[in-house]
Amino acid sequence: MASIKTACYTLPAHWHTLTGNKYFWPVFVLAGLAFCMAVDTFDFVDLYLQLILIYVGINIILTVSLNLINGYMGEFSVGHAGFMAVGAYIASLLTVYVFPPGAVGVFFPLAILAGGIGAALVGFLVAIPSFKTRGDYLAIVTLAFCMIVKSVLENIDAVGGPRGLLGMEKLTTLPWVFFWTALSVWVIRNLVYSNFGRGVLSIREDEIASDLMSVNTRQVKIIAFVVSSFFAGIAGGLFAHALQFINPRMFDILKSTDILIMVYLGGIASISGSILGAVIYTILLEILRPLGIWRMVLMPLMLVLLMIYRPRGIMGMREARLFTPLRDLVTEKLWRQKKKEAPDATD
Amino acid sequence: MAYIFQQALNALQLGSIYALIALGYTMVYGILTMINFAHGDLFMVGAFFCFIIAVYLHLSFIPTLLLSMMGVAFLGVVIERFAYKPLRNAPRVSAIITALGVGLFLENFTLALSPYPKHIPPLLTNVTWTVGSLSLSSLQMIVIVLSLCLMLILDFIVRHTKAGMAMRAISWDKTVVPLMGVSVNKIISLTFAIGTGLGGAAGVMYGLAYPVIDPYMGIMVGWKAFICAVVGGIGNIRGAMIGGFILGGVEIMVAAFLPSTYRDFVAFTLLLILLIVRPYGILGKPHPQKV
Repeated sequence: MASIKTACYTLPAHWHTLTGNKYFWPVFVLAGLAFCMAVDTFDFVDLYLQLILIYVGINIILTVSLNLINGYMGEFSVGHAGFMAVGAYIASLLTVYVFPPGAVGVFFPLAILAGGIGAALVGFLVAIPSFKTRGDYLAIVTLAFCMIVKSVLENIDAVGGPRGLLGMEKLTTLPWVFFWTALSVWVIRNLVYSNFGRGVLSIREDEIASDLMSVNTRQVKIIAFVVSSFFAGIAGGLFAHALQFINPRMFDILKSTDILIMVYLGGIASISGSILGAVIYTILLEILRPLGIWRMVLMPLMLVLLMIYRPRGIMGMREARLFTPLRDLVTEKLWRQKKKEAPDATD
Repeated sequence: MAYIFQQALNALQLGSIYALIALGYTMVYGILTMINFAHGDLFMVGAFFCFIIAVYLHLSFIPTLLLSMMGVAFLGVVIERFAYKPLRNAPRVSAIITALGVGLFLENFTLALSPYPKHIPPLLTNVTWTVGSLSLSSLQMIVIVLSLCLMLILDFIVRHTKAGMAMRAISWDKTVVPLMGVSVNKIISLTFAIGTGLGGAAGVMYGLAYPVIDPYMGIMVGWKAFICAVVGGIGNIRGAMIGGFILGGVEIMVAAFLPSTYRDFVAFTLLLILLIVRPYGILGKPHPQKV
């Protein structure tokens, strides 16, 4: 591995400025958190803009977590809104009925975390059919799961049934959204580039081959589903406390479609793509708001055109250097050099 | 007993509509291995065509049905030509997302043009016959018989005509068929025309049976029909018909004997169990992965 270490020094200098600097990400995250806190305390940003930023954050969490399953693992899950619903309801029930009303703000992260854990448990159950079924059939399993969640919530009168659940305080603030967004991006990015992440990618490329290479595909699938649904649950909790009202119809198949569109707009198997997709989609919808209903006509049209001219989305199967580990940059560079020297050689 | 028989008739009516829509999904899947998620919305467009023709052109039932079917079939072919054809060699998921986009476009376009739910005028005089304690409505009979006829015609086309043979051949092997002198593009267009035309017919019949139509009606019905196609084994035409009747039966029977809000819950739970027991649907054959 000495060759990789030495090759690091041969990378172009500007590659080091951001990615090579180990202080970049901590400083960026702390600065962002500080900025969000300042916005939250001093209110120098328009409230409407703050709300949009909150939605952007929630959508980033949803998109990045769905990308783990749909992009990196290559399955087609359409049930993400179902996990979101589980997280939203658990967190809201906790803050409305369980935690002492005076100190709800203190317990808020716990409620969100509980929502995430609840969604993760459900994600574990959904992972089990994925052992045997793949592709379209797994898509149906997740679709059915999403509809079952909605149907169950509509039939439980204690959580409001079809009327929905009210009474949450507006606890979702910009700093919290920033914190959870940064956490989800950090966790999923590190998972994807870890040993486990290689297993996830190998399942996408060829499940049987990865089995033969002693990847424990069942375990990998379970972990991927659990992590993905955990963050969907977190996003659900944040969403419920930003809107202060939830009902089962909010988490139906249209919501899942929204998340899917953001994932594929940004491009599969790309953290930066997911972030871009969520930001562009959310902000574009707001910018086009003056068009009224016609913006909902324009958006799908733009999506179709994008898919025709760029079928992989904006960043499909590519990654911004900011998110790529140095090790991968180097190996890619070495591989390119080798190709240049001997174009016909096969690895 | 009469109650059960009455509900069975309702189940047949709903099931035949599901089956007609499921056929469109399964035909397109069989030939392109692509899920046409815009199909449910084409079904909705069919109902709206029926509304427009009945209200503004004052035509009677048969011309309305035929014109709506032709309109939807034309729309289906246009969508295939402009949205799906450029993506034939792209990753499969891009085509699926495009289909979702086309579906959303159809929904919202219709919503922009007609923001309020519409009421389809009665095209047929509904006669109710009473046999014992059983009441048979002529409308229900027409929906059931007409859809069965359409399914028989489709089955005949696919099994006994040259075009049908070409369809089956393409779903078997896409690379060899053009070498045999079959124009793949034409056959794909034909498949889209037939599949979406059946969806349009389902839209008209749905509009007759449940006359209030709105732009979002295609979403739920479309996803459910897709489930029918998967239950029967996607790509399998007879499977789609069976799946449609099964889902129609389950939904009506649950609504008949349990609170009707449990309908979706029971239907989808049964679906999950079925898929865990038979992961490739009822008539579908497992495709063993070869190494």
